[in-house]
Amino acid sequence: MDSVIKSLSDAIYYNLIREQRYMQFIQGLGISLQLTLYAAILGTVIGLFLALAKLGRIKWLEGLATLYVDVIRGTPAVVQLVLIYYAILGSSNLPKIVVASVAFGINSGAYVCELIRAGILAVDRGQMEAARSLGFSYSHSMIYIIIPQAIKNILPALANEFIVLLKETAIAGYIALDDLTRAGNIVRGRTFDAYTPFIVVALIYLYITTMLTWLLNKLEGRLRESD
Amino acid sequence: MIEVVDLHKYFGKLQVLKGVNTNIKKQEVVCVIGASGSGKSTFLRCLNLLEEPTSGEIIIDGIPLVEQRKDINRLRQKVGMVFQQFNLFPHMTVMENITLAPMKLKGMSKTEAYETARDLLNKVGLPDKDNEYPNRLSGGQKQRVAIARALAMDPEVMLFDEPTSALDPEMVGEVLNVMKQLANEGMTMVVVTHEMGFAKEVGDRIMFMDEGIIYEEGTPQELFNNPRRERTKEFLGKVL
Ligand SMILES: Nc1ncnc2c1ncn2[C@@H]1O[C@H](COP(=O)(O)OP(=O)(O)OP(=O)(O)O)[C@@H](O)[C@H]1O
Ligand SMILES: [Mg+2]
Repeated sequence: MDSVIKSLSDAIYYNLIREQRYMQFIQGLGISLQLTLYAAILGTVIGLFLALAKLGRIKWLEGLATLYVDVIRGTPAVVQLVLIYYAILGSSNLPKIVVASVAFGINSGAYVCELIRAGILAVDRGQMEAARSLGFSYSHSMIYIIIPQAIKNILPALANEFIVLLKETAIAGYIALDDLTRAGNIVRGRTFDAYTPFIVVALIYLYITTMLTWLLNKLEGRLRESD
Repeated sequence: MIEVVDLHKYFGKLQVLKGVNTNIKKQEVVCVIGASGSGKSTFLRCLNLLEEPTSGEIIIDGIPLVEQRKDINRLRQKVGMVFQQFNLFPHMTVMENITLAPMKLKGMSKTEAYETARDLLNKVGLPDKDNEYPNRLSGGQKQRVAIARALAMDPEVMLFDEPTSALDPEMVGEVLNVMKQLANEGMTMVVVTHEMGFAKEVGDRIMFMDEGIIYEEGTPQELFNNPRRERTKEFLGKVL
């Protein structure tokens, strides 16, 4: 028993306390959260435009949007990240967090597009017909009638997408961005402890996603109430 | 006021309307009857271009189809439509449902639009439902709100596509009464319906559609009491 406690406190001491290593994790978490936030904003904007392009009636725009979504969803995020880093943005002197935000934003946009599209398509067809038959144009029907109803379908799915995104940013270490996961790697390199740093990392991710999921459930409850 | 000439409609290869010809006069109430799949809804939906006719001509108020297509939203403001499934906007109150279009499309002030809406709600017998959301209303109430919403645009014609088919039997009467009153006030109406009693009593003309054409038409007297053609007799034999 004593030896278990001893090794546990040793692990905590070496991996968290010594040389203020806990700061590595905190800073890493800060980077991960920032990255997720920026990517989520960019992803939402890109997703919105893609969804409109896909739903609209301009053929070549629709084709372009479809191609974008297919390419992004059909290739691994790590590959996209590295390609964007080296080939497209690596030549400039942009900070890594910006490059990563753009890469994850581009990736997330494809998924957000599908969420928005599904949310809009889930609105009953009769709603558009009723709006059109009153004399509203297509875009006014969208703005006044369809989108307000679609938002209720979209918001929970969107929030969920961002929880997934937070975990996906764990690959940011591939371009040497010091996010939470990489913080675990760095500490492990110092302490040669294979488990503890990543258990810490896992617990932090778990804590944050649990909090966010809890918030999401509250949001869903609210939206349902307003029905 | 509506002249339909040789109207054809295809859905892909499926020919649904095979040359519909008719003339609907001002203040006339035309009831369209016929078996399921005979093209009644399609015909009705062509009248406000919710379906695009494949060929033929529809002249509304002297304006031909080509002209209407250029200003489709203006056309639809003149042609009210009531659906089987009501299609009220669930995220808006009854009041907002009725006032949205007059305010946004006709530039009506809020006071004016609300006043008109109150009059209409009185007319359809729902004076105190203005602040309810649609999901708090019964089917019959929903359909009466839908009628009020269409009337708020002050249309010249009202199209009804089986307005009572989705209702519980005890609510059919309240909706038909509103429609009857509307007919008495001189509204031009085209009503697709399975309510033969209503058609007989309120209709000026009954149109029997079969396989994409107007197979037989006439006054309720003529059509219900003395149908001349085979299919008409057969259909009426089943439904009466
Ligand atoms: N949007 C569409 N796409 C393809 N086929 C359609 C479409 N709308 C209607 N049809 C077909 O056209 C035919 C006529 O349909 P329509 O709805 O006009 O009939 P109806 O007389 O109104 O029937 P009901 O009494 O069942 O409402 C049917 O065979 C139907 O399946
Ligand atoms: Mg029908």
